Amino acid sequence: MLARLWDKLTHGLDGTLVLLAVLILTVGLFTLYSAAYESPARVTAQLANIVIAFVAMWIAAQIPPQALMRFAFPVYAVGLLLLIAVAVFGEVANGARRWLHVGVMRFQPSEMMKIAMPLMLAWYFHKRETSLALRDYVVAGLILAVPTLLIAKQPDLGTALLVLAAGFYVIFLAGLSWRLIIPVVALAAVGIAALIVLETRICDQDLNWPGFKDYQKARVCTLLDPTTDPLGRGFHIIQATIAVGSGGLLGKGWLEGTQTHLEFIPERSTDFIFAVFSEEFGLVGNIVLLVLYLGLIGRGLLIAAGAPSFFARLLAGAITLIFFTYAFVNMGMVSGLLPVVGVPLPLVSYGGTALVTLFVGLGILMSIQRHRRLVQT
Amino acid sequence: MSYPKFHGFDSELKRFQVRLGVAGVVVLAAFGLLAVRFAYLQVLQHDYYSTKAEDNRISIVPVVPNRGLITDRNGTVLARNDSQYTLEINPQRVTNLETTINELGTVVELLPRDRARFRKLRAEIKGADSLPIKTRLTDEEVARFAANAYRFPGVEIKARLFRQYPLGEMASHILGYIGRISDKDVERLEADGIASNYKGSDYIGKSGIEGSYERELHGVTGSAQVEVDAGGRGVRTLASTPPVSGNNLVLTLDLKLQEVAERAFGKYRGALVAIEPATGGVLAFVSKPGYDPNLFVDGIDPQSWEALNNDPDKPLNNRALTGTYPPGSTIKPFMALMALELGKRTPEYTISDPGFFALPGQAHRYRDWKVGGHGAVNLHRSIVISCDVYYYGVGADTDIDQLHGFLSQLGFGQPTGIDIDGEKGGLLPSREWKRKRFKRPEEQRWYQGDSVSVGIGQGYNLVTPLQLAAATAVLANGGTVYRPHLVHHIVDARTGETRAVEPKPIREVKLNPKWVQAVKAAMVDVTRPGGTAAQAGAGAPYTFAGKTGTAQVIALKENEKYDEKKVSERFRDHALFIAFAPAEAPKIALGILVENGGHGSSTAAPIARQVLDYYLLGKEPEKRPELNPDSNDE
Repeated sequence: MLARLWDKLTHGLDGTLVLLAVLILTVGLFTLYSAAYESPARVTAQLANIVIAFVAMWIAAQIPPQALMRFAFPVYAVGLLLLIAVAVFGEVANGARRWLHVGVMRFQPSEMMKIAMPLMLAWYFHKRETSLALRDYVVAGLILAVPTLLIAKQPDLGTALLVLAAGFYVIFLAGLSWRLIIPVVALAAVGIAALIVLETRICDQDLNWPGFKDYQKARVCTLLDPTTDPLGRGFHIIQATIAVGSGGLLGKGWLEGTQTHLEFIPERSTDFIFAVFSEEFGLVGNIVLLVLYLGLIGRGLLIAAGAPSFFARLLAGAITLIFFTYAFVNMGMVSGLLPVVGVPLPLVSYGGTALVTLFVGLGILMSIQRHRRLVQT
Repeated sequence: MSYPKFHGFDSELKRFQVRLGVAGVVVLAAFGLLAVRFAYLQVLQHDYYSTKAEDNRISIVPVVPNRGLITDRNGTVLARNDSQYTLEINPQRVTNLETTINELGTVVELLPRDRARFRKLRAEIKGADSLPIKTRLTDEEVARFAANAYRFPGVEIKARLFRQYPLGEMASHILGYIGRISDKDVERLEADGIASNYKGSDYIGKSGIEGSYERELHGVTGSAQVEVDAGGRGVRTLASTPPVSGNNLVLTLDLKLQEVAERAFGKYRGALVAIEPATGGVLAFVSKPGYDPNLFVDGIDPQSWEALNNDPDKPLNNRALTGTYPPGSTIKPFMALMALELGKRTPEYTISDPGFFALPGQAHRYRDWKVGGHGAVNLHRSIVISCDVYYYGVGADTDIDQLHGFLSQLGFGQPTGIDIDGEKGGLLPSREWKRKRFKRPEEQRWYQGDSVSVGIGQGYNLVTPLQLAAATAVLANGGTVYRPHLVHHIVDARTGETRAVEPKPIREVKLNPKWVQAVKAAMVDVTRPGGTAAQAGAGAPYTFAGKTGTAQVIALKENEKYDEKKVSERFRDHALFIAFAPAEAPKIALGILVENGGHGSSTAAPIARQVLDYYLLGKEPEKRPELNPDSNDE
């Protein structure tokens, strides 16, 4: 009886992924306990989020990839419509039009796009698999560009970046020519280098960046030189970097982080939770966390490599790389390598929405893994 | 351009796996980059960031000492400290002050005067990191703000010790007040090299004893190493050097006497200084009207400031210290003493007073206050009945520089050196003074006629009530000039040791006791039947030496008669009176000025009587109708 229930509960789950996820979640809960010392209710709330996320994962894991494929277009279409609705009727919070009222709930359609985008593109490429041509990449580009621009216009640069990355991973994995990729990458590299070298001139107060909001320009500029605004925008970066640096090799010990507990770290239970972890557990803790993420990503890439269909491969690869993107962008931002964009540390940051999105991704990976042998190509 | 052609599922899978491999390499590279960054921050730069974190964490916070208390000679508290909650704004941490203040107004009631005062403080103290928007919060207001504090970064409730003057207006001109440290104060503190002792201090003595004894009262600022959070709020103290409280001051003042004296003035403006002739200690120091020094403590609001400044009674003027008035007839005992000492007169020398004085060969008549004159007048009688003609003669017979030389020894024409700031020196004329004072040569010359007026305390002759009291004390004690002082002793806050302010004789004026006795005897008869202050002296069980005086506010023409009842109150003569008692062993000397009081005998002398009765007999004045300048019932 119990054994059958256990079988039912674990049906379709991937042991390796679950183990790694649970380890990271554990790290997250301990860190959250320290970060949210003044509001312990967050830990229980996060536990509830985890339960919901596991349920979502379990459901996703039960859906075979073929069935998932059927959802691709409708989910994307609904997401796109909702984004348009947000642009027209959306509610403004914190200076950005991101929210949509659904009954009593507020809802961010852009969050949905993080899954809908790779799903849609993977489905599209899967359908065109045998006759891929330039036209398909143009269409894929459009499928990617429209929602991304809508999200960027809200403005929500962080989410736009993640959606863009998710779509790009699918297109990249689908075989976009290196001749297109290399110039873009080279151009980006040159651009970033130029930005760093020419910082003072580019960040001149009177200079407007075409296509960028002032706050976006400010984020890049404070990243390039946080000391220009130590009490304002640079405060986040400077204090987070101090937290990381002062953590040292072994960290200050759990619950002992002074930067954390004296409230020098902003957003310390959400986007900047890594600063808390890093201060209290040091370089050793950071490496352990990196290894855990690497394990999760490695497992995901292996699942992608062994996936049964073009759709499943693209989807699994993209989901895995989105995981990587979350982790890299967040840790890069906290340690002062990347500009501050609102990206949570996967499975560690407090918050339900991102957690559910990520676990749904894990569930999809598991489903793909389970169906590997059933439908062999 | 070539695009991937479909070469079958196997090659498709292969290409996908290559792409996946590339992605894997990118992932490894990116994580490698992070690992390098972590190692750089946490190993190579660890010391640097550790220091930064410590700097963040620990802040050296000054601990402000308690200000010393001020009590009168009997221990009655005049200035104390009172713990109160204030709501303070750090202007540097608030982006939009106006909005914040408006929002605060929904939580805690803010009066227009609170806002006005905040604006004023902000203009006066640039770069301040905490300015009060509201002081003396009730417990309920504290609770209400605490519940909403999260909405107001940069706004804090602080428990502060407030200076409190429990007696309000009483003795306000001696005490002075403290106020918030202004930019000017900071400059002065820096010039004195004691600015560091004022870190964390918000207040400084501005005037009176609070001002002049600032260094005693302030104490030594301590410090604490405090762990602070990002908001700058202290979390816990790691180490501390306690502050040393300011020293307590015990005044020579007798508060009860002060009260009697202040009440004796009724509605009149004026000043009274009572000095102990044996020490120079100030027993009472009145300047009416006073003001409530408590208004200044939190920074005065512009309305109250305006009201005080524009009040025609000038309550902020310290009349006793800075008001200069013609001494009138109160100068006569000193002139008499001078005439005797310089050999210009003998006690027996008698004049016949026709009611006026004229210089030889001049037609101008210097009138006596009594039409028709006093008849035969010797030195004794000249004081008792206050004969002008006698002193016109003394003035005319004494060289002005000699006069200046003698009277300046008694303290006229120079500050007494009392231990509060801002004292005026009055004016004792001399040839040199006149030469410097005027431009045209004919005005620069000293005329004998100038000396005639000086003889009766008019003309170029100005004294402060304090000088008058101090000179009277010198006369009373037979020639020792003490520096008048308000502080009796200082109690060291740390050791409890007392440091007395020793009576310091500035100089000994060589006076012939016989002449001093002659003047004193005449002054005693002033308050006896036949004297100008007989009414005030009636029935005094001690020997009451006094001298009345009247100082003209408007100049009269030669033959014009001054009619008190016709002149509007503000142009009425000032009434003066000096006194000491008991005459044979003086315990107290007084200088009194009643602005627009009319005659010294009618308003100033009765005040002296009340003060003496209380001081010498312990007799409290019975409640009688207050002296009131508006009723012309004299």
